[in-house]
Amino acid sequence: MPAPAEQNEKFSAYAEPARLVSTDWLAANLGSDSLVVLESDEDILLYETGHIPGALKIDWHTDLNDPVSRDYVDGETFAKVAGSRGIGRDTTVVIYGDKSNWWAAYALWVFTLFGHEDVRLLDGGRDKWIAEGRELTTDKPAVAPVDYPVVERNDAPIRAYIGDVLNHFGNPLIDVRSAEEYSGDRTTMPAYPEEGTLRGGHIPSAVSVPWARAAAEDGTFRSREELEKIYLGEAGLGPGDSVVAYCRIGERSSHTWFVLKYLLGFENVRNYDGSWTEWGNAVRVPIVKGSEPGTAPQPRRGRHGA
Amino acid sequence: MPAQLAEIVNDFQSMEESERLELLLDFSRSLPPLPEHLADHPELLEQVVECQSPLFLTIEVGAAPEQAVQLYFSAPPEAPTTRGFASVLHEGLNGLPAREILAVPDDVTERLGLTRAISPLRMRGMAAMLGRVKRKIREATEA
Repeated sequence: MPAPAEQNEKFSAYAEPARLVSTDWLAANLGSDSLVVLESDEDILLYETGHIPGALKIDWHTDLNDPVSRDYVDGETFAKVAGSRGIGRDTTVVIYGDKSNWWAAYALWVFTLFGHEDVRLLDGGRDKWIAEGRELTTDKPAVAPVDYPVVERNDAPIRAYIGDVLNHFGNPLIDVRSAEEYSGDRTTMPAYPEEGTLRGGHIPSAVSVPWARAAAEDGTFRSREELEKIYLGEAGLGPGDSVVAYCRIGERSSHTWFVLKYLLGFENVRNYDGSWTEWGNAVRVPIVKGSEPGTAPQPRRGRHGA
Repeated sequence: MPAQLAEIVNDFQSMEESERLELLLDFSRSLPPLPEHLADHPELLEQVVECQSPLFLTIEVGAAPEQAVQLYFSAPPEAPTTRGFASVLHEGLNGLPAREILAVPDDVTERLGLTRAISPLRMRGMAAMLGRVKRKIREATEA
């Protein structure tokens, strides 16, 4: 039995209010049998310094990425990752993390690749919980492992491969990296070393909306009205659009994917996790430099890439 | 490699991966705070931008011929991994003569056995810290 969805005025304006919980809701529901809380951070030791009571750690790198191929884990491994944390197929999973839920949204997106039905984000993440002076603990929670079924990933609805992006031209693309990465002045985050990508710039026609614009000062998501101004107004997305979002490796764009899919209700949104570290290294793909989106080439029909 | 750093590297290598992370967490807690003359003057520290979380450092080089180097690091508590790396370098190198620190192999950060757990992206920050320390020592001693 999933935990009941939270009702409040802010959330009810979103397309799928049940995808978010507030810190109040979480505090009131901690310890519920139908709920497992996961912390997903950029800093791998942050959980150990203190976490929400009962919350378990999940790491995007060691738990969710395949250790060999550049891909996510398979169904068998995911079943172990989930089952070992007491997560069953019907369990309500609430994920929170540092940096405005950047890495929490990434974990949520991977859960969604496996079709886990009820997975939610804590609005405001770790920082808001702490800012409100709520309890943290370093106690390791006792877990009763359960059986999670082996479900193979279904990538197509929410994940774009490089070939899908080549086919997507003519439809909107959102580049969620910094302005410097978008223009091609840099290939990594501002002031990071220039390495890892051979070419700088962005995918032709992609509009620049840095991911963090969707978050307010306190790390919570902006209201529906504010989000519509950004994504419908400035970025020019229209109802019914099929959208692809990307960043450098697909983590920041998971945050934007969440916003477009669940808060604004776009049905067809995919995260291109190959992102710039694939596109900027790929042979003979079109690139635009500078601050203007540029025009979309003809889509390349056919099957490309993996 | 200086003995005090080699000992830390050995400690890490003799452990299981999960214990290594625990040890790094211990290091993060033992990073000394900045002394007053630096705490009040953040502009004297240089940011290591390669770290995913804010890390600031500076050095002070003592008189010749020894030229003992004092290392100073500052990173927020919400960045324990970054603090842990800084603390390893502090405990492993602080107070050593400049030439000994300059001779530390650049790949020493790879030898802690943390790359699998931490990911190469996160390890890059620690290598960058050592790189900055060495560059600042070169600048200070060549001047």
